[in-house]
Amino acid sequence: MSNSALISRACLPDGPDWTFELLASYQQEIARVAAHYQLDTYPNQIEVITAEQMLDAYSSIGMPIGYHHWSYGKKFIQSEQHYKRGYMGLAYEIVINSDPCIAYLMEENTLPMQALVMAHACYGHNSFFKNNYLFRTWTDASSIIDYLVFAKNYVSKCEEKYGIAEVENFLDSCHALMNYGVDRYKRPQKISMAEEQKRQQQREAFLQSQVNELWRTLPAKASTNPTEARFPAEPQENILYFIEKNAPLLQPWQRELVRIVRKISQYFYPQKQTQVMNEGWATFWHYTLLQHLYAEGKLSDRFMLEVLHSHTNVVLQPPYNSKYYSGINPYALGFAIFSDIRRICENPTAEDKAWFPELAGSDWLQSLHFAMQNFKDESFISQYLSPKVMRDFHLFAVTDNSKESSLEVSAIHNAEGYQQIRQLLSAQYNLSQLEPNIQVQQVNLNTDRALTLRYIPHQEIPLGGAIEQVMRHLHRLWGFEVRLEQLQSDGSVQLLARCPEPA
Amino acid sequence: MVHFIDRRLNGKNKSAVNRQRFIRRYKQQIKQAVSDAISKRSVTDLHKGESVSIPARDITEPFFHQGQGGIRQRVHPGNDQFSPGDRIPRPQGGGAGSGQGDASADGEGNDDFVFAISKDEYLDLLFEDLALPDLKHNQLDKLVQYKTVRAGYRAEGVPANIDIVRSLRGSLARRIAMSADKKQQLKQAEAELAELEQAAVPDELARRALLEHIAELKQKLAAVPFIDSFDLRFRNYQKKPEPTSKAVMFCLMDVSGSMDQATKEMAKRFYILLYLFLSRSYKNVEVVYIRHHTQAKEVDEQEFFYSQETGGTIVSSALKLMQEIIAKRFDPQEWNIYAAQASDGDNWAEDSPLCAELLARQILPAVRYYAYIEISPRAHQSLWEQYQQLQASQPKLALQQIREVSDIYPVFRELFKKQAA
Repeated sequence: MSNSALISRACLPDGPDWTFELLASYQQEIARVAAHYQLDTYPNQIEVITAEQMLDAYSSIGMPIGYHHWSYGKKFIQSEQHYKRGYMGLAYEIVINSDPCIAYLMEENTLPMQALVMAHACYGHNSFFKNNYLFRTWTDASSIIDYLVFAKNYVSKCEEKYGIAEVENFLDSCHALMNYGVDRYKRPQKISMAEEQKRQQQREAFLQSQVNELWRTLPAKASTNPTEARFPAEPQENILYFIEKNAPLLQPWQRELVRIVRKISQYFYPQKQTQVMNEGWATFWHYTLLQHLYAEGKLSDRFMLEVLHSHTNVVLQPPYNSKYYSGINPYALGFAIFSDIRRICENPTAEDKAWFPELAGSDWLQSLHFAMQNFKDESFISQYLSPKVMRDFHLFAVTDNSKESSLEVSAIHNAEGYQQIRQLLSAQYNLSQLEPNIQVQQVNLNTDRALTLRYIPHQEIPLGGAIEQVMRHLHRLWGFEVRLEQLQSDGSVQLLARCPEPA
Repeated sequence: MVHFIDRRLNGKNKSAVNRQRFIRRYKQQIKQAVSDAISKRSVTDLHKGESVSIPARDITEPFFHQGQGGIRQRVHPGNDQFSPGDRIPRPQGGGAGSGQGDASADGEGNDDFVFAISKDEYLDLLFEDLALPDLKHNQLDKLVQYKTVRAGYRAEGVPANIDIVRSLRGSLARRIAMSADKKQQLKQAEAELAELEQAAVPDELARRALLEHIAELKQKLAAVPFIDSFDLRFRNYQKKPEPTSKAVMFCLMDVSGSMDQATKEMAKRFYILLYLFLSRSYKNVEVVYIRHHTQAKEVDEQEFFYSQETGGTIVSSALKLMQEIIAKRFDPQEWNIYAAQASDGDNWAEDSPLCAELLARQILPAVRYYAYIEISPRAHQSLWEQYQQLQASQPKLALQQIREVSDIYPVFRELFKKQAA
């Protein structure tokens, strides 16, 4: 009798139905343990939403507000269809890199699921957003919501002024080049919404008043050196930025729209580069935090079994020949690597000491935080993927050369293959090798103002996608002829597409 | 540190705008899909939404990505049999083994993009560009309809119309007006009393007088009623005349023995389409259903569509009944009258000239539009020929033939397409 009373005092109620009071008490416990593990987070804002609202969130790439565009409607209809037919389950949560960090919980989740999701999103992802160097450099959590509000209002203002069709068409063109709206090296400024608006107006006035290099009709001093006439002086990787600043015919509002698309693209750029780490980190912590609470006796067995059931589903990695296989599961890989870092620190083997001399035997929590803060997927894998994880996953590398009739297994998880697999897997997460490398090569200043882009293939992989259509969009933005050329392996240049087509 | 927010009560249709934009953008394709679908649907679910499919290639958002070919190296999990240097035949279709690990990057799937549109969206698309022809604003100045509207407040009325906020506001104002003066006096008297009691030698007489005065004031204050019939305010309503233009639609259908089940089914489908169109496009449309074999009968909607009859065919009976109903209930001066007749073309041969005459003399002058639909794959018979002769001189008469189910919608559009103003 007294024994059971003792247990019920120690153990939190285990649902399965949740209430806001229960969520708050779980949140409190999780927060306490998270602090114990030094997880540094933005304040949390936890919002409970319905399935339909989750679909809304899906279609706007998880953002709480966004400008109107038909493509978001298409995404909504698509995910709605998939959901209704049971092709896809909805995510249990969505978390937004903002300050306060907004996490959406699905109303359908049971209490153990809600606890899992809070640990995962509100402490895992949240601390990742706040501390990983890419997010710290590239995104500004405190201003993103303001910026989205600004963008939404600006777009609707334009729609009122210039017509919905006009604005949508223009946004279509920007979206086609969205992946090329990213500064890979320069650091964007942090500014608030009020400042953004003020600057926007100044920018508009300035850009129009500025003597545009492209409109110059008086000949500049006769240049003796022909290479000096090159514009831009160096190839530009951020095509949308180049267009915003240099496209001769754009109206001020159009320049601003280019900028909005570019900014949002930039905001999501770090998320693309840290999928494995971000999910791995969040998965590691929901697992560790809830295990800790369980060890303290706060969670019932029933509760923990449901948590573990979901957890194992999340980190499931089907093998290459399974019909469920669709590439490497970032949750599984990330979780395995983070767990392995802890293992190496706590119980290093001789192999670990050879591979990770500085890691073996160090304080695991410090090492883990260091790994989270200072890497992106590519460098994280090349730094921390251990032979043990490669063995556990049975990783093997396949080379597919389109010139040969069959594929070759180039390396497997053995002593000769570890280094190569690690390097190949790391490259697999290198965005600059996944996205075609296309840069602004030249503008014909003195003749027809034609814009030339250059594609530099990686590993002889040709350019795919609806090239002609993208070129038409580019033409709409630039206003004069646009060309796309490819640098061949022998150094020659081949014209891939031009718009408008010569008659 | 932590905020919990219950968003479930928030507005639901956050994506509605984007969804509408998508539909507007692909209207042409969706419209095509809708008119293709109409012939496949059964009668009873005609008013439901529709699932529409658009070829996926029409709605792609183009972007650059890496194409097929070149040298790719990929790492896969779950090695169960391979050693370095093994050669594997290239799997077809870029499946699990190699090639494009990321299937979505291909973006070249040929599946149609299928989605459901709501009932309203469906009907919008279905009836776009259609209108009841020749609708005249009959008797616009006769002000035939009244609408009850709010018109301020009044001091008397029935209790059901009491406006509580207004009444209490009046009560408060009256109470302030009636008691402010006394309250001030009371305050003053109480101050005097306090002063008096502070004095070294209290003036007992003055004190008693003051106490009396205070008691009196308090009593007066208490007597001010909280609410008085004077305060009550009642919402006032007025009947406001609203100009309207009224329309009535006559549906005539042959249900005789010569109409087989399939033909009836098609006729029903046409009328349901018509009915949906009417109840959608015009707020004020009355519908009269007349079915006939050798005798005509006015019936309700349910019976019109779903009951069985047999017998010979005398079309003129229905026309006569229609004319009687017009004379009795629908003055052509007040009503825009439309009629649609569906038949398989069979008629008792001697009756057809009579029908034509009835139409020409009695009905066509009264109506705005008379549509005759012959549902028959066969050659035209006497009724059609009579009507056709009539059509030459009567622009209000329209004839169309429906051969099979898929003709219904095009014919319907043909009959009711919006005429250039």
